[in-house]
Amino acid sequence: MRIIKACDITPKVKELCTSANFELGEDMLDAFKKGLEREESPAGRAVIEQLIENARIAKEERVPMCQDTGFAVFFVEMGRDLHVDGDIYDAINEGVRQGYEEGFLRKSIVSHPLSRVNTKDNTPAIIYIDLVPGDKLKIIFAPKGGGSENMSSLKMLKPSDGIEGVKKFVVESVEKAGPNPCPPIIVGVGIGGTFEKSAWLAKKALLRHVGEKSAKPEDAALEEELESLIGDLGIGPMGFGGRVTAFAVQVETHPCHIASLPVAVNIQCHAARHKEVLI
Amino acid sequence: MVDMKKLTTPLTSADVETLKVGDKVSITGVIYTGRDAAHKRLVELLDAGKELPFDPKGQIIYYVGPAPAKPGSPIGSAGPTTSYRMDAYAPRLIAVGLKGMIGKGSRNKEVVDAMMSHKAVYFAAVGGAAALIAKRIKSKELVAYEDLGAEAIFRLEVEDFPVIVANDVTGEDLYKKGVEAYKRG
Repeated sequence: MRIIKACDITPKVKELCTSANFELGEDMLDAFKKGLEREESPAGRAVIEQLIENARIAKEERVPMCQDTGFAVFFVEMGRDLHVDGDIYDAINEGVRQGYEEGFLRKSIVSHPLSRVNTKDNTPAIIYIDLVPGDKLKIIFAPKGGGSENMSSLKMLKPSDGIEGVKKFVVESVEKAGPNPCPPIIVGVGIGGTFEKSAWLAKKALLRHVGEKSAKPEDAALEEELESLIGDLGIGPMGFGGRVTAFAVQVETHPCHIASLPVAVNIQCHAARHKEVLI
Repeated sequence: MVDMKKLTTPLTSADVETLKVGDKVSITGVIYTGRDAAHKRLVELLDAGKELPFDPKGQIIYYVGPAPAKPGSPIGSAGPTTSYRMDAYAPRLIAVGLKGMIGKGSRNKEVVDAMMSHKAVYFAAVGGAAALIAKRIKSKELVAYEDLGAEAIFRLEVEDFPVIVANDVTGEDLYKKGVEAYKRG
């Protein structure tokens, strides 16, 4: 049994919060370049050019690429042979507190959805912990902006709706979102499980490197088909019209009940930030 | 970008009437910030027949909640937020003289109608281009509602702030027009 102190997690989380917001990943920079090559609309091309320039400024000047530095979402993979001495939730929240304050990141969390008073330190974070083999701790940080999150949706389809029903719902969700979630977007799709599991899968799908296909051939085929259907919508960068509406569609599936076919669509804007650390 | 129209605030109806959907515009001068919570308060003041913390006549409101400024910078990253959340309030401000709004995403029919009848315009900025836009903002001064933090109303001085006309006074809509041109099947 390996033992680590919870307080040693805090500085790692702090660093994740700032670096993820300042530096867009290579996968996204590459998606921008490829998008620029295939975008036909002049307005759409101008948008992607601005995004490339924006990412450069953010990295060089160490400022957030987007003012919405997001809800701090963490996916933690904890080795079964690891013991964390102390409260891991507190340690992560403290890292968020320090990272958002010292990195001059925006604090976007209110303590109650109706009375809406800002907590002023961007906590509490959303933390999912999974047990995995081994004695390591992997922390994946994916700050999630409000604009694209607001355009996400979930539907409990009937099993008879089948793959056609799934495609229709995903494409309709993207069409309805239109310009609002800051396209070009990444579409995370969770199919199966229960009501809440499908939403979790949709978010988890967004953690993959952009454009990385599902390892399940059936799901990878669906991703490709959805990408083509979404491309036909013509929404384009920022919704100004164009070919590049989504950089990728990423599907995750899970076994489900004989009576159910849950489908969740989690939309991610082009500031698709995710960084991880292995302890 | 070429063929960029230059615009200096405050705007007159005549300035606004020259703008057409799809025009690339660079704005220089003073603009005001405001988003959900500030709009709610402004409309409550109008309901109560009270004066607003700034005179909206001829002005532009930028829908933004900036990131905190680093020492030595006037403002942190400052890209547009999604405009539909302000649709419930915007027609009221347009009716008392607001000439422009900057945000991202579509507006509803009530806002488009108000822009047509009172001669106002809606500009789209590139969502997420927040570090780039911040460099065009030269100063930031608190106007009202400090308690709202990033959502307070600030007076910004901007230079060559890049936007595109999304709705003009004729009721045309860039989002509808653009998508129609590229839609397949």
